[in-house]
Amino acid sequence: MSRRVEFVHGDYACAMAAIDAGCRFFAGYPITPSTEIAEYMARELPKVGGVFIQFEDELGSIMAVIGASWAGLKAMTATSGPGICLMAEAIGFAAMTETPCVIVDVQRAGPATGAATRPWQGDLQQVKWLSSGDYEIIALYPWSVQETYSLTIDAFNLAEIYRVPVFLLLDAVIGHMREKLVIPPKSQIKIVNRKKPKGSPSEDSRKTFKPYAPDPETLVPPMACFGEGWRTRCETSAHDERGLPADNRPDVHGALVKRLCDKIRKNRDKIVKWDSAFSESDLDYLVVSVGFMARICKAAISNLREEGLKIGLFRPITVWPFPDKELREISNRVSKKIFVIEMNYGQVYREVTHICRNVELIPWLSYEPPTPHDIESLIGERI
Amino acid sequence: MRHPLDECLRLEAFPTIWCPGCGNGIVLGAIARALKRANVDLDKVVLVTGIGCAGRMATYLYTDNAHVLHGRAIPFATGVKLAKPELEVIVVGGDGDILAIGGNHLIHAARRNMDLIVIMVNNQIYGMTGGQVAPTSPLGVYTTTTPYGNITERPFNAVKLVAAAGANYVARWTVAHPMQLTLSIEACLKKKGFRFIEVVSICPTIYGRLNRLGGPPNMIKVLKKVSIVKKVPPEEAEISAERIVCGVFVDKDEEGYIDKLRKYKERALRT
Repeated sequence: MSRRVEFVHGDYACAMAAIDAGCRFFAGYPITPSTEIAEYMARELPKVGGVFIQFEDELGSIMAVIGASWAGLKAMTATSGPGICLMAEAIGFAAMTETPCVIVDVQRAGPATGAATRPWQGDLQQVKWLSSGDYEIIALYPWSVQETYSLTIDAFNLAEIYRVPVFLLLDAVIGHMREKLVIPPKSQIKIVNRKKPKGSPSEDSRKTFKPYAPDPETLVPPMACFGEGWRTRCETSAHDERGLPADNRPDVHGALVKRLCDKIRKNRDKIVKWDSAFSESDLDYLVVSVGFMARICKAAISNLREEGLKIGLFRPITVWPFPDKELREISNRVSKKIFVIEMNYGQVYREVTHICRNVELIPWLSYEPPTPHDIESLIGERI
Repeated sequence: MRHPLDECLRLEAFPTIWCPGCGNGIVLGAIARALKRANVDLDKVVLVTGIGCAGRMATYLYTDNAHVLHGRAIPFATGVKLAKPELEVIVVGGDGDILAIGGNHLIHAARRNMDLIVIMVNNQIYGMTGGQVAPTSPLGVYTTTTPYGNITERPFNAVKLVAAAGANYVARWTVAHPMQLTLSIEACLKKKGFRFIEVVSICPTIYGRLNRLGGPPNMIKVLKKVSIVKKVPPEEAEISAERIVCGVFVDKDEEGYIDKLRKYKERALRT
């Protein structure tokens, strides 16, 4: 099949990519501005042998997604910040049970009910620190409809490789904005499936089977799913490699928590994605920004450079893990100041201050997006 | 020495965490016996449990199993069943897990006639957390959060609730009815749609102590005394400290969710 060109909004691009990535299960609850993803899946999944179910709430949706993943399907849900709140405990559960799953958060203005159809980059820190205890997740942040498609594919692949919940953070502006989408031919889309245990289940091999024994290289255990004959265990309590509760064994608990974090931390070089523009040479100023705000900033920076300003752009694409090493490397070449420009009150800024010096936050606290000219003025006032 | 149920049990996880005299062992035994009687392939069974004493049951049955979040066993099990309909998915939970924190999922799974077996072990108290009032605690009983006797928290009648929500099968037994319970689970294994069994259990360590009920043998005696097996419609399936009506109250064969979903997919492909 050859490439296909569509004119769709980000919510549809995400849903199309999910199906292309092999997603065959969707459970969700309606919430603006993510609902179009559920609607697309409701229409298309039954045609490809998949299952769509609308749940009674987000707590049920995410649990069904996790259950379906344990039964062997690639599974996702889509929601917005208030729905993410309700999924908090289950995200910890997915991390603890090492369940591959994708959670799309089409962010809306908060806190609480906020403003349903309005954009706000308010959930960056939320998705990282959602549940109790120590664990790691992955979060991807596209800046266009095209990138929404490619990062959704990546989200499923990363979930399968690392057995971890992966978030896709969409701006409402991207979710609801229509633009050109080029869908590559199937042969050019790289699809990864979870590793299975070696051998086949038998009376004897089952006796020695350890569902949480990690691959020593990646720290990720191969995944036995329900119905495959391994008599496997999905265990929410602290557990040993056999999957048996270990709530009275502090050493086992500690080693498990460490591995849940290390399987992401130690593989971060393979996971982290970032983008930069105009940053090849030495700079006086650098802008750090994510998602659609980075796109507006890029236009502003381009204009400012025409006026002779030595300014560049750094855009984290994985916000978790944050591309700290890469930002530090570029920031070493910045002589004056780093501006963090975001539609919130300092969520990316918080990370950047841990990495660089001379950082200033330029928050855009209105859900009417800025124009490139607005950004040029805001930078102009500060130099 | 081997016990006839050994093949159904994850022996390396024993002994159980349950207190002496707990009713959970009787329920586990009934499930294992029913699976054997119905000749079910244990590779095709998934036991899903939430949090609480009954929630630990998923550790002990030798099938694929999942010990999941408090109250969320039913939606997790729904995801499993929808993803692999050939599996027999059984949910076990306590009354707090299934009826309080998970109550919304219970009624919606029954409304959908989702193809699950849900066994609710009703010990009428929060046992694992040390004896707080449950949505099933009878009026008048003492718990750590109703220290002056419960007069404010009216108990749920789970049988009426689940029958009203549309389940295919609704029964109630007590742990003093192990054989009836086993046969009831066996009957469920041969049916489709949403199947619900309430098992009134005993918690000698917490409930029995707080209410001076005289230890496990006496609590079983009391269960036998107050329970009566009757063939009545669900609205007459009374439950209180004085009287527990047991039996099968709903047993019908309305099309379950999975069969409907199969037809729905055909519709999708035709249009």
